[in-house]
Amino acid sequence: MNRWVASVAASVVTLSLIAPAQILADESERDDRLFQQLGGLGGIDLIVEELLVEISRDLRIVEQFAETNVERFRRLLVEQICDISGGPCEYSGDSMELVHGGMEITEAEFNALVENLITAMDTARVPLAAQNRLLRKLAEMRSDIIHQ
Amino acid sequence: MATGGGTQIEGAAGGGVVPWAVIAGYGAEDEFGADATVSYATTRDLDLSVLALSVGFDNRFELSFGHQRLDVGPLDTQVRQNVFGAKMRLAGDLIYTDMPQISLGVQHKRQQDFVIPSALGARSSSGTDVYLSASKLFLAGPGGRSLLLNGTVRATNANETGLLGFGGAENDSHRLVGEASAALFLSRNTAVGIEYRQKRANLSGVDEDDWWDVFIGYFPNKNFSVIGAFVDLGSVAGLERQSGAYLSLQASF
Repeated sequence: MNRWVASVAASVVTLSLIAPAQILADESERDDRLFQQLGGLGGIDLIVEELLVEISRDLRIVEQFAETNVERFRRLLVEQICDISGGPCEYSGDSMELVHGGMEITEAEFNALVENLITAMDTARVPLAAQNRLLRKLAEMRSDIIHQ
Repeated sequence: MATGGGTQIEGAAGGGVVPWAVIAGYGAEDEFGADATVSYATTRDLDLSVLALSVGFDNRFELSFGHQRLDVGPLDTQVRQNVFGAKMRLAGDLIYTDMPQISLGVQHKRQQDFVIPSALGARSSSGTDVYLSASKLFLAGPGGRSLLLNGTVRATNANETGLLGFGGAENDSHRLVGEASAALFLSRNTAVGIEYRQKRANLSGVDEDDWWDVFIGYFPNKNFSVIGAFVDLGSVAGLERQSGAYLSLQASF
């Protein structure tokens, strides 16, 4: 291949990465499609139920939930996932900063929860694309969750 | 999620031939991770074997060592090289920031069998590459699949990554080359991708071609991964049309 072309092509790729690039992310969930892909309220209920099971078994993070009111956590998490996926709910809980204040959640603990959520979604048979779209929504909240 | 990547042929965390901005292992902040990798590429006249070890800590620093051996069939000989690498994450996060993860790396290379490189006109048996990598994972990219894009700019005066020494009659100083790769995750543990690595000739009368490959990676768990590829190395040391298979096995801790 022509070196000059190769060198320009590689530079373009590098520069386009350094520029804030959300071009490739699809912006298709301004509607309730993600909510539907997750299986609606029933599907989200199941995901959260499985997530709680995973957390209860995970010695890396279960301690962080020692003080948690499980029923309230379950209800608010379902509501929140319903809300951010475009479903007919409005999250009524406190902000992510407030909820996680003083918990000093580490990156490793956050990663562990993401792993548990993926396992829960696998168990609930959520399609990969819908899993990734939900993970992207939750990824946006990471900076409000860790190190609070 | 295979966020630790594979290990490229010089020992850094990355794909097959291109380093990425990721830090070796699966460690987060305050954590430690390590990889051990064996890789093998075979073409009509060449066999390249690589043993690589790397450690990452705090998801910020990476140290690596790679030992490469290139067997040159027609000449019934081999050239070996050791690569001592270091990488530091400067900014960004692969997944969680809009900005890509950006890392600065060095690879200090010491060629161990200098007779043939010297005969081809190489000036030095050791050299140091410096590179800047930017990597970004789009969690929900095309069709909701995760897409990883990577670009690397490298300053180098190596001949065939240093296996044929450093510098030559055509050029002796460091010049910039571009490298790029993309990987699409078909599932949580399987990715397909393509890599391109620009190379420039320093030796007089000995062609050096850009490298590219297409690969499939399988990451069944955090402790093991395997990458298979078709690689095209072009002309190497006067031996034309060197393309063939590449296989890399990695254990992670």
